[in-house]
Amino acid sequence: MGVEVERGATFTVVPVRRYGQAVLAVVVALLVAWLAAAGASSHFVNPRVVSQYLNNPLILGGLANTIFVSIAAMIIGIVLGVIFAVMKMSSNVVLAAVSGFYIWFFRGTPVLVQLIFWFNGVPAVFHELALGVPFTHVVFFSMPMVAFMTPLAASLLGLGLNEGAYMAEIVRGGILAVDEGQVEAAQALGMVSSQTMRRIVLPQAMRVIIPPIGNEFISMLKTSSLASVVTYGELLRRASDIYSSNLFVVELLVVASIWYLALTTVASIGQYYVEKRFARGTSRAERETPWSNLVRNIVRLGR
Amino acid sequence: MSAPAPQPARFMVRAEGVHKRFGRLEVLRGIDLAVRPREVMMLIGPSGSGKSTFLRCINHLEKINAGRIWVDGELVGYRQVGSTLYELNEHEQARRRSEIGMVFQRFNLFPHMTALQNVIEAPMLVKRTARAQAVERARQLLERVGLAEKADAYPSQLSGGQQQRVAIARALAMDPKLMLFDEPTSALDPELVGEVLAVMRQLANDGMTMIVVTHEMQFAREVGDRVVFMDGGVVVEEGPPAEVLTNPKQERTRGFLARIL
Repeated sequence: MGVEVERGATFTVVPVRRYGQAVLAVVVALLVAWLAAAGASSHFVNPRVVSQYLNNPLILGGLANTIFVSIAAMIIGIVLGVIFAVMKMSSNVVLAAVSGFYIWFFRGTPVLVQLIFWFNGVPAVFHELALGVPFTHVVFFSMPMVAFMTPLAASLLGLGLNEGAYMAEIVRGGILAVDEGQVEAAQALGMVSSQTMRRIVLPQAMRVIIPPIGNEFISMLKTSSLASVVTYGELLRRASDIYSSNLFVVELLVVASIWYLALTTVASIGQYYVEKRFARGTSRAERETPWSNLVRNIVRLGR
Repeated sequence: MSAPAPQPARFMVRAEGVHKRFGRLEVLRGIDLAVRPREVMMLIGPSGSGKSTFLRCINHLEKINAGRIWVDGELVGYRQVGSTLYELNEHEQARRRSEIGMVFQRFNLFPHMTALQNVIEAPMLVKRTARAQAVERARQLLERVGLAEKADAYPSQLSGGQQQRVAIARALAMDPKLMLFDEPTSALDPELVGEVLAVMRQLANDGMTMIVVTHEMQFAREVGDRVVFMDGGVVVEEGPPAEVLTNPKQERTRGFLARIL
């Protein structure tokens, strides 16, 4: 291949030969082919059953529930995360200590344990949920805990509170990443701290917070399958309900996996665009799309 | 102790026995200074002499440990009733700060906003100026600092000198009665210093009251009405630039000038 390097001079460029890579590629390709053949020839996965259940109404309902519980738990997590992050950075010792304990506790115990705790443990210990004046007998409202702690309520509490602890650290990191000079400049212009937080600090913290939020959400889509143990009718629960009656265990797990993959793929694409939106004002990020890069390289080649 | 007489606004800034400690380190050890309206005061001195700290005390970015500072006759950070000082709440403090412009060594432009947005943000948020009016004023100010065509650029797309000029426009947008400059050219490449100094010189000619912490001795000599030399947290010497910079009376001033010139 001839490449023009200098005006008028043409050289032939020979890339380094990478024999090891070629051998490795062949070995890996063979392994993959072998696995695919084993899967295709097995009698355990019936592709027709898979495609038949892919758009089964129960499965689609489970899919909707998975999306719902993931988004709702994320919202709970983000709201709690911002609150506990600000609390932990507060100069008020009590607020900081309570926030520190919350983060330590919910990050330090498995979310599966937390889910079972909310669903089975809490109703066993507290028989009634009541709203009243503490330390008196005044009660405005009460209901049996079993009636309150539905599978959905337990899932939202378990997943949301757990997520809040992780989000608190993410938000705190984002706020800490904003240069102190930004706060000083805002103060010097006459902004009060709430205005500074809202207009100057949080928008800049978002750039640091958004990528991990995307990762947390993608992770939440999968973690929400744990809600199946508290009988919440999300994707995995519905798949297992079906296979426990028809015994197409592997086929239904494949169906669930296909939907999980679809969800995480769509979420990853969404994350790319959200991150781009929040990269405003950072170096040349907004102008260096793959497209503009390509155009510039073509122009440079033409010279 | 009897209540002191109210301060007449004969001075734009007046400082009296200002002390500032960071932990056990005493940075300011009794500063007495006065700046008249329309005066340009150049603060010079070795690093660590407390000049930046003093500047930051004037708009209460740093809280002083002893002494008092007045800006335009108003006590900084406190309300005085008899011999009691009541600390101002956040909103009162912010209102006072909004009347004092500050320009930082490292510009501190808001990176997520364009140049124009940087300039209109505080007038709209703090002064409740209507958007159209704020934009019109911002364009005039950007024109004045020679950056009319950069209104839609983000700070990261501007050179250091351009960023500092936007920062000056941002401070001017609040119509301050006093401008504080904290080493405004120290973070700039040498070839960009001139454009920022030119804007400051023009501002001084227009009659702005300015306190400038600087290492640019030529600029201090040409633009300053008065030069104040600080060292070790005290004012060592002050006077007209020609005197202080050419015939310093104090040994420490002579030593400092000999080192940097």
